[in-house]
Amino acid sequence: MPTGCAITSWAAALPEQVVTNEDIMTLFDTSDEWIVTRTGIRQRRAADGPFVSPKPPSSPPGGMGTTAQLATRAASAALERVGLTGADIDLLVLCTTSPDQLVPATSSPVAHALKIKGGAMDLNAACAGFTYGLVTAASFVVAGAERVLVVGAETLTRITNWADRTNAFLFGDGAGAVVVEAAPGESSLLGWDLGVDGSLVELCYADHGGPGMVMRGKEVFRQAVRVTVESATKSLERAKVAASDIALFVPHQANVRIMDAIAERLEIPKDRTASVIGRTGNTSSASVPLALSEAADSGRLSEGDLVLFAGFGAGMTWSSAVWRWGSGGG
Amino acid sequence: MAPEETFDAFKQCAVEVLQVDPSKIVPEARFAEDLDADSLDLVELVMALEERFGVSVAESELEGVQTVGQAYELVASKL
Repeated sequence: MPTGCAITSWAAALPEQVVTNEDIMTLFDTSDEWIVTRTGIRQRRAADGPFVSPKPPSSPPGGMGTTAQLATRAASAALERVGLTGADIDLLVLCTTSPDQLVPATSSPVAHALKIKGGAMDLNAACAGFTYGLVTAASFVVAGAERVLVVGAETLTRITNWADRTNAFLFGDGAGAVVVEAAPGESSLLGWDLGVDGSLVELCYADHGGPGMVMRGKEVFRQAVRVTVESATKSLERAKVAASDIALFVPHQANVRIMDAIAERLEIPKDRTASVIGRTGNTSSASVPLALSEAADSGRLSEGDLVLFAGFGAGMTWSSAVWRWGSGGG
Repeated sequence: MAPEETFDAFKQCAVEVLQVDPSKIVPEARFAEDLDADSLDLVELVMALEERFGVSVAESELEGVQTVGQAYELVASKL
């Protein structure tokens, strides 16, 4: 039984509705320059599918929508790309921190829409979720699964407090998906690290029935840089590679200044870092697959390239992984 | 470390992080108005200082730090 695995497909899905910084300026006092210099974000997307909860009194221009729709769109595209259908999938792992309902898991309707033959579950590790999902998928392949569909999908605009001028401009909606398949030879997952520090819950949270996301931005910045650098360093050590061996760094896209601070400390240059945050904002679990898809589609990845994934999020959670890109085989 | 050396090391961090001329790093210099540094620059500076001096600065201690002198006092008091 092969325990190797490979990412054999990927795809992204973004809602059509664009919310620019000018749009954000209609909600409270801020400026494009202020937002761009602090975060690198120029625009983000807002999904516009049907509601499952009442629209808050203050909301962005455009609509709200469903995580399930975005997840289904990205996943379908990833399957189609390599001629697969849901019947070929043993497990769907939907990484999200903005499920459409409390019960059931959002992966249930998504699995139905995709006609997944195997099981389906949600995975919530906040913005570190997708890398947790990749490590999970690789582990399931070791356990005998042939194909695992890993999706990161979020409708954060639905849990954003649009009256909060300190963070409302950060969040956006979107989804990305990858297919992880069993492959002969060595695993593509060369080294990984998952972590959590639950004493930092107050740094970033959103309560049921509350006004939306509450975040202590400056402290999140500090902690995020510190834990992500530590985690990535561990993964590189476990993979027995150096940062200079990494062809592409795909960090969680929370804020370009956090991404830059992490890359700088790891000594990974900008031209080897994937970045989509300028046009997507912070899409939590969707950010890594969105950035990965764009990089893969633009030809930035070749067979055998080493990819360093890293994420950090509310919790605080963190995750990192060194993955050898390609169709598999050691 | 003599106070002079400490301030020099502090200055080095500030110049690197804030990307300003060393001559601008004087105690009265205000981060926002004089050094064009925003709140995230200050967070990055404090991180660099923590790493450089091996000290720990709590989030609450950053409240009200608006000048180079105040930032320096904060770090120096921990040495």
